[in-house]
Amino acid sequence: MASPSDTDLQAAIAVTRFGLGARPGELAEVAKDPKGWLRAQIRPAGADQPQADPATAAQRIADFRVYQQDRRAMRRGMAGDDGGDTPPDRDPVRIAARMLREGAAVDFLARAQLAATTPAGFRERWALFWANHFTVSGVKLVTASVVGPFEQEAIRPRVFGRFEDLLISSTMHPGMLLYLDQAQSVGPGSPAAGYLRRRPNAVPGVGGGLNENLAREILELHTVGVDGGYSQADVTEFARALTGWSVGGLREAEARRGRFVFRVAAHEPGSRSVMGKTYAPDEAMQAGAILKDLAAHPATARHLSRKIARHFTADEPSPALVARLEKAWLGSGGDLAVVARALIEAPEAWDPTPAKFKTPYEFLISSWRAIGGQPGAIEHLAPPLNALGQRAFSPPSPKGWDDVALTWAAPDAIIKRMTWAEGFSAVVAADLDPNAVAAGALGARLSPAVRKAVARAESREEALSVLLMSPEFQRR
Amino acid sequence: MTRPDLSRRGLLAAAGGFGLSIGFMGRAAHADSTMARKKFVTVIARGGMDGLSVSPPIGDPDYAGLRGRIAIPADQALKLDGTFGLHPALAGVHALALKGQARIAPAIASSDRARSHFEAQDVLESGGATVYGATSGFLNRALEAMPGRVEALSVGATAPLILRGKAPAGSWSPGAAGEGSPRLPAILTDLYASDPLLGPAFARGLQTEAMAATAMQGVPAPTPAAMGGGVQGFVRQGQAAARSIGQTVAGFMRQANGPQVVAISVDGWDTHANQGAAQGQLATRLLYLDALLTGLHDGLAADWRDTVVVVATEFGRTARINGTGGTDHGTGSTALLLGGALKPGGVIGDWPTLKAGALFEGRDTRPTLDLRGLFKGVLGDHLGLDRAALDRTVFPDSAGVEPVRGLV
Repeated sequence: MASPSDTDLQAAIAVTRFGLGARPGELAEVAKDPKGWLRAQIRPAGADQPQADPATAAQRIADFRVYQQDRRAMRRGMAGDDGGDTPPDRDPVRIAARMLREGAAVDFLARAQLAATTPAGFRERWALFWANHFTVSGVKLVTASVVGPFEQEAIRPRVFGRFEDLLISSTMHPGMLLYLDQAQSVGPGSPAAGYLRRRPNAVPGVGGGLNENLAREILELHTVGVDGGYSQADVTEFARALTGWSVGGLREAEARRGRFVFRVAAHEPGSRSVMGKTYAPDEAMQAGAILKDLAAHPATARHLSRKIARHFTADEPSPALVARLEKAWLGSGGDLAVVARALIEAPEAWDPTPAKFKTPYEFLISSWRAIGGQPGAIEHLAPPLNALGQRAFSPPSPKGWDDVALTWAAPDAIIKRMTWAEGFSAVVAADLDPNAVAAGALGARLSPAVRKAVARAESREEALSVLLMSPEFQRR
Repeated sequence: MTRPDLSRRGLLAAAGGFGLSIGFMGRAAHADSTMARKKFVTVIARGGMDGLSVSPPIGDPDYAGLRGRIAIPADQALKLDGTFGLHPALAGVHALALKGQARIAPAIASSDRARSHFEAQDVLESGGATVYGATSGFLNRALEAMPGRVEALSVGATAPLILRGKAPAGSWSPGAAGEGSPRLPAILTDLYASDPLLGPAFARGLQTEAMAATAMQGVPAPTPAAMGGGVQGFVRQGQAAARSIGQTVAGFMRQANGPQVVAISVDGWDTHANQGAAQGQLATRLLYLDALLTGLHDGLAADWRDTVVVVATEFGRTARINGTGGTDHGTGSTALLLGGALKPGGVIGDWPTLKAGALFEGRDTRPTLDLRGLFKGVLGDHLGLDRAALDRTVFPDSAGVEPVRGLV
């Protein structure tokens, strides 16, 4: 039997390392059964949804296409004018940019509020891990307002299901097809390409060609990994199989607009060979069959087991932990609920030394949780995330946010965290008992040195800033 | 500690929206005063910068056909010689080229051939012969190999691999720093005393804050309201922000104990679709790059004569236009060399041509030069690193990669 102090430490680890940080009173509850608390968060229905009645990706994409159409029409109307003298309040580019920002801001705020208030922090961290694994970034105009709907529609319902289903749902989602340029890719030998070439006004090199971006990132990032044993020829073959996977446009039936469509005329005819296996012609299902095999590939199990272990435990995770997760993955055919349970049961995941440095998002969310609050407006979130290098819904590349301390602990970033902690404390500290906040946020992980520094601080504001900037609060 | 001018920092933060981040590495005053004046800046263009658009080989008979509608028209390219021009967005670079202070290496690549952004960037920044060949950055190891105490400074919200390693790196990025409790830095310094990650990072961050105000003296603040509306207004704001970053970097470098070696990242080069030609998506990125380099040149003023700048990317893009008006991941690309310390000269390295048989794997510009050779040449001749250090520690196991000599 574990001694009471052991379960206190286990509770602090469960809530801060597996979860998103402790809210007041949470540690005492979890200490009754830390592992049971984690296990109970795994459920077939998947992660929680930030919004009950969200805008859909299809709506957002259709709205964006309408705006593009209007802008082109307006441009034609004022040919020769570069728009440089349009007043900002009537400028279509600025109006559209504002609309996109507002939609994304609603989604992002709802997601942060869920993270700050959920009693199931492990479930939310698990969902954030998978959303980041299958990154759709808002850095492109066309995807700027689709990231939230992508997470709600493609990721969250399936995070405790089979990896294969998650891979297929994320690949088929219009957000992914647009972000990685798949929607426009046309098989060079397809009827559509032939038509484009024969048009009277055809321009050499326009239309009717392959785009290999999505195929490459699925292999390199989403499944087998860069050392997974594929070649340039495999990338090109997979890209050919994916042709036809597209997104419905404005001129199509309403049921297709902004949604996944298969364009048989754009699909490259013929058999494909990817990583040593031949795939017979099967229209849309040809790429589906390749995705299924990639999901089941042992290199995918290895790649993902290592990535999960790194996210939850250490930048250089223990090989024993990776092996445990890999075994659970292979034994269950990639059942993510089984893998999550294996993580909870692994002794390596409970090392008392916190090895993970919080990302900016984790730092901000855990600060709100520590005081029992939540962000009330996007203005409380977006500026500090920008300053700390983790712009809302906008990872810089398909690889997603980096997951190692050396990326986030740059000297400038520590100063910016301190600046934010001071501003946050100045607003919220007046009614708080900093000693209680420290005990409630870190429990058995609170060190004597930090407890003393908090108690000796000159003001409540200073005490809370010291807590938030303490080595143990910055880590998990 | 000195607090910087808040309003100016706030405006400079606009640059964050344009994908600019900067890492500096610096060193304390050098024992040798000539060497102490030498300055080196490397700009990493992340995402795979399209060399065939940066320095279009308009005189190559296969260029226009391969590129279709994304070819830079010969009459719009800024002429360099009988074969090459510069993209029309690179007017500032072209003006320097006319004075012999900018050159191109049009068929250069790292030793990586996987066409993966992340693997290729790792190889470029670590200086290893293969991915995971080294876990620190080659610029960091270069500083270790230089005599004297090494000061390091990184500007940008996150720390790039090229700067990581034993030589301690500082960092700074544009953005507001608030007025806070003067006691807090001292309390945290105590709490971080035995923390190997937070302790050194925090100490260096405090030092840099003190330098930032001086670095920005005389840098005009971008004024978004005056830039006008429409796409053109956005582009003008981006250019102004990029120019301010360049000038601020110069402001750091001109200080007595300022950084001698700087690394800047500029992202957004992964142009798979609709990359445009003389105008468009890629042209806008090049306008920002040109503004950044111009700001650096203007800000360094008299110190430009002691400066070398290298602009490099992890790989080039396919020679042929793809099906979506863009280009996919390729191999050889263009590196730009700039600086008052450069010797005038023509194109660096051989041009393999774009003939069908000359393309690498039938699709990419064939590299004729290893990026490590270019960096070895500059680090050796400009910053005085010896050949043994370059071959063994800065670029491990690279004795077979000849430095490109005679550039400075």
